[in-house]
Amino acid sequence: MTTTEKPQEFNVVGTRPIRHDGVDKVLGRALYGADIRLASMIYGAVLRSPHAHAKITRIDTSKAEAMPGVFAVMSGKDMPLVASGALDLGETVDDTAFTSDRIMAHSKVVYKGHPVAAVAAIDSNTGLEALKLIEVEYEVLKPVITLEDAMAPGAIVIHEGLIGSDLGEQVKNTNIAVHNRLEFGDPEAAFDQSKTVIERTFIISRAHQGYIEPHASTAFWAPDGKITVWTTTQAPFGVRKTISALLNQPLSNIKVTPTEIGGGFGGKIPVYLEPLAAVLSKKAGRPVKIQMDRRAVFEASGPGPGGTVKVKMGVDDKGKITAATADIRYGAGAYPGASIGAAASGIFACYEVPNVRVDSYDIVINMSKTAAYRAPGTPQATFASETLVGELCEIIGMDPMEFHLLNASKEGTRRPDGPLFPRVGNEGCLLAIKGSDHFKSTLEPSAEGKLRGRGMASGYWNGIGNKSSVTINVNEDGLVSLIEGNPDIGGTRTTIAMQAAEILGLPAEDVHPAVGDTDSIGYSDLTAGSRTTYATGTAAIEAARMVIDEMKKRVAMIWETEYENIEHIDGMFISKVAPDQKFTFKEAAGKLGQTGGPVALTGTVNVRGSGGGSFGTHLVDVEVDPDTGKVEILRYTAAQDAGKAVHPSYVEGQFQGGAVQGIGWALNEEYYTSEDGVMINSTFLDYRMPTSLDVPMIDTIIVEVPNVNHPFGVRGIGETSIVPPAPAVANALADAIGARLYQTPMNPGRILEALAAKQSGK
Amino acid sequence: MTQIPEQQFVHKVPVQCTLNGQSTEFLAAPYLSLLEILRETLGLTGTKEGCNDGNCGACTVNVDGRIVDSCLMLGVEAQGKNIETIEGVAPAGGLHPLQQAFLEEAALQCGICTPGFLVSAKALLEAEPNADEHRIRLWLAGNLCRCTGYDKIIRAVEKAREEMK
Amino acid sequence: MHPYQYIPATNITEAVSALARYGNRARILAGGTDLLVQLRGERYELDAVVDAKAIPELVELTLDGGLTIGAAVPCYQVYENLAIAAAFPGIIDAASLIGGIQIQSRASLGGNLCNSTPSADGICPLIVHSGVVTITGVDGTRTMPVEEFSTGPGRNALGNGEMLISINLPKPAAHFGAAYQRFIPRNEMDIAVVGVASAITLDATGQKVESARIALASVGPTPIFAKQASEFLAGQTATEETFAKAGAIASTEATPISDMRGTIKQRHHLVEVLTRRTLVQAVRRARGNA
Ligand SMILES: Cc1cc2nc3c(=O)[nH]c(=O)nc-3n(C[C@H](O)[C@H](O)[C@H](O)COP(=O)(O)OP(=O)(O)OC[C@H]3O[C@@H](n4cnc5c(N)ncnc54)[C@H](O)[C@@H]3O)c2cc1C
Ligand code: FES
Ligand code: FES
Repeated sequence: MTTTEKPQEFNVVGTRPIRHDGVDKVLGRALYGADIRLASMIYGAVLRSPHAHAKITRIDTSKAEAMPGVFAVMSGKDMPLVASGALDLGETVDDTAFTSDRIMAHSKVVYKGHPVAAVAAIDSNTGLEALKLIEVEYEVLKPVITLEDAMAPGAIVIHEGLIGSDLGEQVKNTNIAVHNRLEFGDPEAAFDQSKTVIERTFIISRAHQGYIEPHASTAFWAPDGKITVWTTTQAPFGVRKTISALLNQPLSNIKVTPTEIGGGFGGKIPVYLEPLAAVLSKKAGRPVKIQMDRRAVFEASGPGPGGTVKVKMGVDDKGKITAATADIRYGAGAYPGASIGAAASGIFACYEVPNVRVDSYDIVINMSKTAAYRAPGTPQATFASETLVGELCEIIGMDPMEFHLLNASKEGTRRPDGPLFPRVGNEGCLLAIKGSDHFKSTLEPSAEGKLRGRGMASGYWNGIGNKSSVTINVNEDGLVSLIEGNPDIGGTRTTIAMQAAEILGLPAEDVHPAVGDTDSIGYSDLTAGSRTTYATGTAAIEAARMVIDEMKKRVAMIWETEYENIEHIDGMFISKVAPDQKFTFKEAAGKLGQTGGPVALTGTVNVRGSGGGSFGTHLVDVEVDPDTGKVEILRYTAAQDAGKAVHPSYVEGQFQGGAVQGIGWALNEEYYTSEDGVMINSTFLDYRMPTSLDVPMIDTIIVEVPNVNHPFGVRGIGETSIVPPAPAVANALADAIGARLYQTPMNPGRILEALAAKQSGK
Repeated sequence: MTQIPEQQFVHKVPVQCTLNGQSTEFLAAPYLSLLEILRETLGLTGTKEGCNDGNCGACTVNVDGRIVDSCLMLGVEAQGKNIETIEGVAPAGGLHPLQQAFLEEAALQCGICTPGFLVSAKALLEAEPNADEHRIRLWLAGNLCRCTGYDKIIRAVEKAREEMK
Repeated sequence: MHPYQYIPATNITEAVSALARYGNRARILAGGTDLLVQLRGERYELDAVVDAKAIPELVELTLDGGLTIGAAVPCYQVYENLAIAAAFPGIIDAASLIGGIQIQSRASLGGNLCNSTPSADGICPLIVHSGVVTITGVDGTRTMPVEEFSTGPGRNALGNGEMLISINLPKPAAHFGAAYQRFIPRNEMDIAVVGVASAITLDATGQKVESARIALASVGPTPIFAKQASEFLAGQTATEETFAKAGAIASTEATPISDMRGTIKQRHHLVEVLTRRTLVQAVRRARGNA
């Protein structure tokens, strides 16, 4: 599909209706994961390993089983042994055996918080008390926590069965699951020819998505073998597939109902509790609900990986990039799967780089397995590349905006992983920032002797398309209900409904969207990869077109004319041959009974690719207290390409939310981990996500460069916004304090050190 | 009901309070938080648990005119108190101006933090009808939101403030 | 969590006898913002909590020149009282920054003191305001200066069966000012990396320091009364230079550790900065132009 060059005109798309699920959510009626309450439901609790690395030598659950109020107890032996194999979850592919082991240890624990047993009891406190009666003996092993230790020759190997891939060669006895390389041109030769070349190494902290709703799942395993699951997930069909694979049950015996979801950002793609609830339910014969507490969420769910990124870049005398290389090393956690692929393709995506090489490493360490976190892998890599660009501009004396514009990737530019960009909005975002009041304003010096600085950075996220289904039912009163399969984390019911409404010629309010369970809607890939409004929206358009088509047939029947003679214009069905014959959608809908019965149609799509992805540029002013190292964000502007903003308020919201998450990662968020692999700051208090008092209003500029791959030009926009903040803040800090930081979080302690080092002339 | 050995049996305690305007009685195991009582015993699941240690504000309720984290108050402490939860914020058949403003300003994404923000913000605007942006940000600092970056939440509270004048 | 009983005490005798009956298996419940978190985190087990909020002496808040703060009075009652705010500014600084609004609805200065963490924001201001605590046990009542109360992280002078009744602050002298500031990376909802409380009494000219008291949080096993820095200031002219010197001395009285919230070096440095800043603020208040 191509979009016409002339901007399309829309009636619904681009407006700001009130979201359909909004009233339930402001009334407190919407049901989230933990809100499920079923008759005779009991409560699960999970016993977690205190060690990051240990063999389990004995588990005795008999005392817990004997405790009054306890209905069922399980451990690794109750999980079927599954063979290694690919578990394709739409955006990521995991291994079935590793996934089973991650969810409940069979013989060895490989991260602190690793489940070793679980109970189901009459209430949650009884469950917790019962856990204390489970005896587990461990043979504690030395944990492998740092990347250096994991990669060192002769390193302790975490998984004996892991076969690593080093540039395609199989490697045994390793913690390096994958080493990949992307390459084109001859970077070394190009560096030799360059006017200026700089190379820096950056360290990025492991950081948690920080969704406010902890994981919670409820399952009922009926005597007929049917398993029903209610869970807070981004991927109901992925949960179905995972349960089927891990518990050896037929896929179609499993029904997953996604509850409302209290944030995910990638962290609610993996399965954690569902199989445990199912196994306990089978044993107990009752529905079992399990909730994680916040500590477990931090310790045992999957944050975004930390790691090191070494970047080298060369420029000619005009500031044009000649070559760039990167070495990206991420700590995947206890099982392979840090998002190194996206990191490698995203790290230089904002630039036209004629000679590139990117090495990337997926490294296993004794911490919980990382998961996708908003633009997975890319904020970390971009912190390195965009901070390096900031310093390079300082060195060559070039304005960063001019550098970005001179080198910006555009239609036809090759991304490091190969593909050529179609029409994209990189330059559009740069120009939007350049034209903003913020950019044009002068940053006034502080009256109180504080240090102020301004910085910018760009970022990219490609996103995915993939499979979605949307069903539209036409009701006799002329309204339609719409069922889709993507959990709604931030207003996507509405953005999907709006796209259907646009085609149907109805106001957004007349389309009533709902998220279906896995039995009531066709297969839909997960809510992730910035795909929901984009790909599921495409399915909604498809379904709506089918509905209009069918309605035209019905109207033709009533008017006793040919289908070809019916037009659908501005929501009206009109006869070409008898122009006074007109039906509103409502009138036509009221007559469906006479013309062959209900209209209920499903659009299914498998959208290939994202259409080029979404670029963003952020600009930030910071103020540093030189005595304490404390940072205030004074002003922030985020520009990003939305292709076509379906609901501008929710587009702005994505920009703002991503910016603030990125600010948190930049300034304070990290896993403060002991040598034993224990996260010490596993509370919201000490993890320090931004509060409302820590950030200003976040100004947004929606750039609209239509996506050639979507009927309305829509791009997925959910993830890019977390990519630029950390380097933008780093560049602003450098501007403020005259010294550079190469490590997140750029917290007050590190800023004080940088200031002191600068003063002592180091 | 927690079942524990006889010698340590901790009996449930009858508690009377006013809950969302209604006189209410319940039996509470003394060690359960008000949050657990609201959600599990009374079925009022609009009050959310985000951290269970006072750091997210998702469980905010109003007790005798003051906002508290219901995860850090025992259910038995509700005795004689006047408690309002998110379920009591809207007038019958309508929405509170804050709820309306949250919808209009798109101040929620996932919505898990929303009940807590609404209960907190309502108490603020009732006590300080002229609260400015800084005051609103300070008051709401005990409520974490990870989705919105706060911008639209603050704007919604400001909008409701004007509506309520 | 080990199940526990709830004992709502209505007078001191009831509370003290419950504490005595349960030994170390019972504790006082004030706002619960430490206690309930610690119980849930299984830091210790209890068989009973004794709610002190219905005991008249513990919820008393009286300003009669001096100030009596019942041990269970929630922070908001302290800082919303304008007369208290005027007379005891250092206390107000702390009461209004413990936790967020929800926490302040419940958290008490008494609980802050009895929880006895080195990072407690409430203790140093009480020290510099020359607070005295009243403690009652089965054997009677005793008093002691606040700076002697904490004995280690989470430990204090309360004996078995004893409870804190109130904190009593003397009426501030003329030309008295005090301030408390802490350093945190966020702007709210955070634990002090370092906190400093300073109180100062100036002479009638408002230029000379008659006496001063400085106390440091989060830089030792207990809140620290910085005796040398305090004594140094007596008789000095109230200038930034003097305050910087006091900060340097205070820093030598700090014995911080490195942990997730900050390093030793950073904390020594912050003691200097915050001592200087709180002294400036205290002097401004002392001169009546806060
Ligand atoms: C989210 C959050 C943020 C916080 N922020 C801060 C902060 O910024 N600064 C700070 O200093 N603290 C902070 N705290 C800790 C806590 O809120 C304070 O220490 C508070 O002052 C404790 O008071 P309370 O009334 O809640 O004490 P409780 O929890 O009721 O009691 C604390 C301890 O003291 C004992 N106790 C209480 N009263 C008495 C008495 N009369 N006699 C004997 N023993 C007694 C209890 O048994 C218990 O061991 C925070 C806590 C939370 C949850
Ligand atoms: S659940 Fe109570 S504050 Fe987070
Ligand atoms: S809307 Fe998701 S946490 Fe606030």
